[in-house]
Amino acid sequence: MERLHSRLGLFSALPMLVVLGLCFLAPLVVVAAFSVMPRKVFDLAHLPDFSAYLVFFQQGYYKPLFWSLGMALVSTVILFVVCWPLAFGMAKVFRRFTLVLTVAVVVSLFVSENIRLFGWVLTLMKGGLIEGHWRAFTGEGFESPLYKVPIIIFGLVYVYFPFMLFPLAQGIAMVPDDARQAASDLGASKWQILREIDLPLAAPGIVVGSLLSFVLAAGALAESKLLGGQTVIVIADSVETAFTYGQDWPLGSALSMVLILIIGAMAIFGISRVDLDAIIGRKR
Amino acid sequence: MTDPADPGTPVLRLHQVTKTFGEFTALHGIDLEIREGEFLTIVGPSGSGKSTLIRLMVGMDELTAGEIWLRDQRIDQTPANERPTCMVFQSLALFPHMTVGRNIEFPLKIRGVSPDERRQRALELLQLLRLPDDYYDKQIGQCSGGEKQRVALARALAFDPEILFFDEPLSALDYRLRKTLEKELKDLHARTGKTFVYITHSLEEAMVMSDRIAIMRAGRFEQIAVADEIYARPVSRFVAEFMGEVNLFEVSLSASGEPASELLDINVSGGEYPWKNRDESGLLMVRPEFVRFLSASDTADFVVQGSLQDEYALGSRIQYEVVSSTGRRVTVEKLREDRYLGAPGDDVILGWDLEHTHLIAEA
Repeated sequence: MERLHSRLGLFSALPMLVVLGLCFLAPLVVVAAFSVMPRKVFDLAHLPDFSAYLVFFQQGYYKPLFWSLGMALVSTVILFVVCWPLAFGMAKVFRRFTLVLTVAVVVSLFVSENIRLFGWVLTLMKGGLIEGHWRAFTGEGFESPLYKVPIIIFGLVYVYFPFMLFPLAQGIAMVPDDARQAASDLGASKWQILREIDLPLAAPGIVVGSLLSFVLAAGALAESKLLGGQTVIVIADSVETAFTYGQDWPLGSALSMVLILIIGAMAIFGISRVDLDAIIGRKR
Repeated sequence: MTDPADPGTPVLRLHQVTKTFGEFTALHGIDLEIREGEFLTIVGPSGSGKSTLIRLMVGMDELTAGEIWLRDQRIDQTPANERPTCMVFQSLALFPHMTVGRNIEFPLKIRGVSPDERRQRALELLQLLRLPDDYYDKQIGQCSGGEKQRVALARALAFDPEILFFDEPLSALDYRLRKTLEKELKDLHARTGKTFVYITHSLEEAMVMSDRIAIMRAGRFEQIAVADEIYARPVSRFVAEFMGEVNLFEVSLSASGEPASELLDINVSGGEYPWKNRDESGLLMVRPEFVRFLSASDTADFVVQGSLQDEYALGSRIQYEVVSSTGRRVTVEKLREDRYLGAPGDDVILGWDLEHTHLIAEA
């Protein structure tokens, strides 16, 4: 009976597996294949070599990779700290206002990321909404925060906010109220409850939220371009340049593969440590 | 176990404790003294306010008015985590991400006790609760209902509370396991000497375990006394009925306390009644096990005639339902070996004596 059930599961999932295979795995295989082609070729009919990977080290492409991973890490940590109280409120305190907040956050996603980032540019640029008004009232201007690393991180935090908030709220909702109350009854302070009960029991939500935010931020391009004015070059920028201006598909593919391998390894490590069944509500 | 007759030293005192939720008043000025080392059970139907009361006593909710004193220290403003009391939850509230050992050690870890000492104490508590040592590393999810119950108890005892509260912890268990754990709890109370305050809606649980029982109804205590006292001399119709099957007869009372009823044939010789006449009417109460089937020549202080309507087997006892000529139902219970040798439809005479009769003032 159990075998039949597991087979039924496989059959039901088959169409989705085929679609995923075609749309997700196939392009990955092509990129992987191109990454081991000689440089600047446009087909796969060549003997494999690893010259594109060599360029990654020789021409300093690890720098954009470090910037991407570093800024993604910092923004993920900031997102976690900023989203935790809000997610906690959504899961445990706000009750029906959680829906209002959810709609408010989701509505922001209806406007394209680039347009929202341009909105920030207009707001923060010299002579823009803030500095312009300030100067008009006080007669003195100040330097725009644009085109620096912190504003890129701000952009990443701003754009990927929902991707941390909702999984985190879902994770915190899984922490049983009576476990928190029992911990308090047994003498635990608020911080001890956070450390001993909330964080471990909300771990699936924390891992999923952090992975989503980190992965998206590591591959982000618009924030560094629009808000950062390319003060720093991120890895996604290098990949785009290699594929377009550089006309070097193998290099672009090799850069992509490095990023994919690093992020893939992190994702597998993270996901293997959490109970995904718990977070999608199949069990508690 | 304390001597139920001895008032003892109060360890926790509640004075005029009131709790309101918006317009609704859940507790109306509760006064209660919990004695050192006693097993007090608070019993009441759903919605009577017993869970609200226990949450106030452990500090999980704030009271609207009144005071709670632990010995000579007022604690109603003290947060739950700073009170020397502890509760075993209805859901048990074990930490699912920790092993049995880590659950038990939790309150010790919070206090900064060293890992070796914690482990030592956890193993002692496993032994006290009759769980094998190797349960220390077992996951909570692998434990059975009864084992989880014991782990929750061990964790609460590791906290070493002044008073241990229980919020219906046995309600989710099956009958047999519940019976076993009731006895174990009573035994544990005797062995630890701690003050236990237990909440339940099950009268049976209360009767098995408690030194004293407090009956709650609609946010007030109806009666607080030892189990026998509450069973034999309830103060109200509610308590009488809540404590089990009962026969109640409305009677009018003379100045000397002599009852009169159209239904009952009263033949008390001498006319000395154990109750004082405070009102002009009252309820005469007799428990079904004290009612006898009389033959024509038998006598009893109180007699009622009727016909046997039905009989029900209750395991070791048989319950009979007799309907009087005026349509009043009277319940009789007999042990199996003393069963009535007749059949439904028989005309019967029932009787009982004054010593088993109690007067409830309310009519």
